[in-house]
Amino acid sequence: MRYVDEFRAPQLISRAGVEIRRLADHHYRIMEVCGGHTHAIYRFGLKDLLPENVELIHGPGCPVCVLPMGRIDDGLSLTAQPEFTFAAFGDMMRVPGTHGSPLEYKARGMDVRIVYSPADALKLARMNPEKHVVFFAIGFETTAPSTALTILRAKSEGLQNFTVFCNHVTIIPAIRAILDSPDMRLDGFVGPGHVSTVIGCRPYEWIAKDEGKPVVVSGFEPLDILQSIVMLLRQLRNGEAKVENQYKRVVPWEGNRAALRAIAEVFELRSYFEWRGLGFISQSALKIRKAYADWDAEQRFSVPGVRVTDPKAAQCGEVLKGVLKPSQCKLFGCECTPEQPVGALMVSSEGSCAAYYNYQHQKPVSISSAPVL
Amino acid sequence: MCLAIPGKIVKLDPGNPQLAVVDVVGVRRKVDLGLLQDEVLKPDDWVLIHVGFAMSKISEADAADQMRTLAVLGESEAAMQEARGYGLENESNREWGEVT
Repeated sequence: MRYVDEFRAPQLISRAGVEIRRLADHHYRIMEVCGGHTHAIYRFGLKDLLPENVELIHGPGCPVCVLPMGRIDDGLSLTAQPEFTFAAFGDMMRVPGTHGSPLEYKARGMDVRIVYSPADALKLARMNPEKHVVFFAIGFETTAPSTALTILRAKSEGLQNFTVFCNHVTIIPAIRAILDSPDMRLDGFVGPGHVSTVIGCRPYEWIAKDEGKPVVVSGFEPLDILQSIVMLLRQLRNGEAKVENQYKRVVPWEGNRAALRAIAEVFELRSYFEWRGLGFISQSALKIRKAYADWDAEQRFSVPGVRVTDPKAAQCGEVLKGVLKPSQCKLFGCECTPEQPVGALMVSSEGSCAAYYNYQHQKPVSISSAPVL
Repeated sequence: MCLAIPGKIVKLDPGNPQLAVVDVVGVRRKVDLGLLQDEVLKPDDWVLIHVGFAMSKISEADAADQMRTLAVLGESEAAMQEARGYGLENESNREWGEVT
């Protein structure tokens, strides 16, 4: 499989590094939007391959990290009723709420379940008609279509003991909020890979046309990310701003229309939604349409609508916007660690603080000796 | 969260064309094909799976490439855990009944 071998080749990686150095004639600040990219950048020490004048800024694309604590409290409040089961992805389980994480609620005897798919939360409801299963949905456009299809399935089965507590967010308004932020200067974006399999590449075109900043949708391997940076720098050097797709092997330019139809059928935009660290962003999240109110935990049950401000000393917002490096936060590594996270950026492996913490003290994985399945 | 796991369609569910048995990293799981309803899918086709739903049809070469990406990123174990977890196979608790 020559194609695959070529992709692994360390020579190509060092060649990309040389090309980046050749192209970097100014100081460039490039944001990688997706948490998966942030994780890969730290894991492989890609920053060490870049010259000092190519700076990578970590973006808001980690759904666990941007979820405000009040939403976790609201979702967990439903577990006070004994017939309720709280089902969520494993990523959510250690995220602290005001009175503990979902895992701590489970330890206190609440019915908290890890599921790997929203379809499995539906299955729990189907198998346990005496229970009411609430699926705590998080994620960007990558995950929202699966939640939408699950709600459509629940409706077609007439299942009444299943609801979704919807926290799905959309990436474009977050990018707009970051670009509008007065303390932020960015030259281009490494675009998210798997979000783009759903939304395609067109939704980024305004960033190029209106803001004059290039976007390259990227894969997740070291060479993918370095190639994307080369493509961005070439555009910047030539005074161009367009959207390019480096991850063509997975991302179609038009996205996945069936997935977009499912989102449009079940969800509508919330007028505003709070993002941890970024504050309220208009039209940045999805809510369940009235036609599907029976499967919406927020429309069916009373939730307190808690708003919790982050601890003052934690500087998650500044780190999320890329104004501060993780290590520049006052709590980093002392009061806030992956074992005892204060902020959500330290919880998820896609959060920049956890990635920085986990990989800063150890030698990054050697690209040529990475394991092969 | 951003895991995308390649799987090979083993057989389509004759009773429900939106479900298929898919070989995902060595385990056979029912996967929802509803997000690929615009595609023509048949056994031996490869798909990329996210949270139990096939999200794109890919080539065999791309599937091999994606497997290696997961290995390179140190996420093979997480991918296997996720694949094993589809269908609640990890939920062996009797109160949830027999799971197939």
